[in-house]
Amino acid sequence: MSDVLTVPRSRRNIELVLLVLALAVAVGANYLAGIGREEPFNDYFWSTALTLGLMSLFIHVILRFRAKYADPVILPLVIALNGVGLAMIHRLDLSAAAASPDFTPVAPQQVLWTAVAIGAAAVTLILLRDHRILRRFTYISLIVSAILLLLPLTPLGLEINGARIWISVGFGTFQPGEIAKITLAIFFAGYLSTNRDLILLAGKKIGPLQFPRFRDLAPMAAAWLVSIGVLIFQRDLGSSILFFGLFMVMIYVATSRVSWVLIGLAMIGVGVFVALELFSHVALRFDSWINAFTPEVYDRAPGGSRQVVQGLFGLANGGLIGTGFGEGRPDLVTYANSDMIIAALGEELGLIGVVAIVMMYVILVSRGIRAALGTKDGFGKLLACGLSFTIALQCFVVIGGITRLIPLTGLTTPFMSAGGSSLLANWLIVALLLLISETARRPAPTGPMKDSFPEVLGVNGKPVKKRPEKEATR
Amino acid sequence: MSEAGELTVTLLRFGFLLLLWVLVLSTVGALRRDLVVGRRNKVGTPTAREIRRNPELVEEPAPGRPSARRLVVTEGPLAGTALDLAASPILLGRAQEATLVLEDDYASGRHARLFPQGSRWFVEDLGSTNGTYLAGTQLTRALPVEPGVPIRIGKTVIELRP
Repeated sequence: MSDVLTVPRSRRNIELVLLVLALAVAVGANYLAGIGREEPFNDYFWSTALTLGLMSLFIHVILRFRAKYADPVILPLVIALNGVGLAMIHRLDLSAAAASPDFTPVAPQQVLWTAVAIGAAAVTLILLRDHRILRRFTYISLIVSAILLLLPLTPLGLEINGARIWISVGFGTFQPGEIAKITLAIFFAGYLSTNRDLILLAGKKIGPLQFPRFRDLAPMAAAWLVSIGVLIFQRDLGSSILFFGLFMVMIYVATSRVSWVLIGLAMIGVGVFVALELFSHVALRFDSWINAFTPEVYDRAPGGSRQVVQGLFGLANGGLIGTGFGEGRPDLVTYANSDMIIAALGEELGLIGVVAIVMMYVILVSRGIRAALGTKDGFGKLLACGLSFTIALQCFVVIGGITRLIPLTGLTTPFMSAGGSSLLANWLIVALLLLISETARRPAPTGPMKDSFPEVLGVNGKPVKKRPEKEATR
Repeated sequence: MSEAGELTVTLLRFGFLLLLWVLVLSTVGALRRDLVVGRRNKVGTPTAREIRRNPELVEEPAPGRPSARRLVVTEGPLAGTALDLAASPILLGRAQEATLVLEDDYASGRHARLFPQGSRWFVEDLGSTNGTYLAGTQLTRALPVEPGVPIRIGKTVIELRP
């Protein structure tokens, strides 16, 4: 865990310039999505543009006052991604509405969730001020994660498409697991930054690898149990990969021991083998990944490869420069607006557009890692690493699944997919990353330290009066 | 759709792709300052261009080891004597416990003290009879010593060397 110094400079003006560019991308995408198929500049267009514009300026103003030295590129990138996602969801709504008139559009609800999510990020920025406060909640956040993960198994839970990861709240559904990834990251960061030395120093050395003591493996076993439990009881492969990957990365960053990664990979190997033997849905996923183009697999009713193959056809149809918004047929893919949104964007924006989007994710994640390198405290380092890694892992699992590099698993594309809980969780992650980058880039206090020391107390317990002539020379 | 309308839509499509990349590239451009810092960490001394752009790079040359490494006597009975500086203070004077024992009739027993603080060395007069002179002016309090600036004690002149 090393420190990298940065020249302290606020750079909020650069953020404003980039934010204007990002809003141009977001609003431009929304304009293009509806062009030729609905009245331009209708109410929906204005509500989207105003939501994104006003909320992002709100965050910008908060940053100017509260976190002056925060990273200048995170906010514009996220706004651009969010806006392009909204545009694609709206464009798919238009296709679906043309096919069946009684279709309820998804996009207006997503705009509402965007406003809620950015508002939540703003509240986090205002109330939290310093991410180190979260360290006090290390074990509380473990309990909160457990509760959040167990909620879908209670009568509140809903089972949709075989996965039991949703709960029904008054106005819709919510995935508590999305929030659980933040609370789990807080727990791992707090636990590992406290017990790092213990885990590092105790243990047997076998060959070139130092293996940890058995009891230090307990949190790792807990993480493994959580992910396997999610896999068994909620039947959600994506989240279970995400939780376990998060823990592996954080423990590797904390200890820089390869042995942990080997143990983790061995454990996940055992888990995958057992899952393949026991659960038909995992085995079907693998089959439809390897034999995607076999007609029987393509046509199989549950767990067929139709979705991923249609996505690949869409990507092929898009080619290098894409068909343009509204010109392709991404609506043929099931779940085009959530799981498969990258395939839809790949069809309509082409390779050039999708690579730009992937680049935005890469820069976003690299800024998160940069904040981790820059901040001084171990908790902040681990938290920033873990949070930015969740974004990276989600992108990898989703885009890898769509391009058939790995089996397709149902994870959301951060900031783009339709789904309020994912959007909310990712905006909260952005708020935390902004706070951590602020402590990383803020200049160390210079000049007289007079004000930062507590007042000197005299014998009678009252503050000692300063001599007046000393005051006069100041 | 009319031909002109189709052309506009095509232009807008390409314009959007261009705009996406303008955003990505200007973001990368905005991050260049961080890369400058990365170079400083690797090489140590910033180039003239980097200093012009980031004046703060030179103001504080990374606290840690003081810049001066040697103490050299340039004039007086001990002329030519050199002493390697560690991170500990140095006592100058005629007394036997001094780090550099001056055989100089005009020096006091415990004449002056050189001590490192942060990245610099400071000289302080310890109440000597004839005084300590830094670059020709008599010391009244501890002052920082840059390498190459003469310190006069009696007939002896010493300098710090990098």
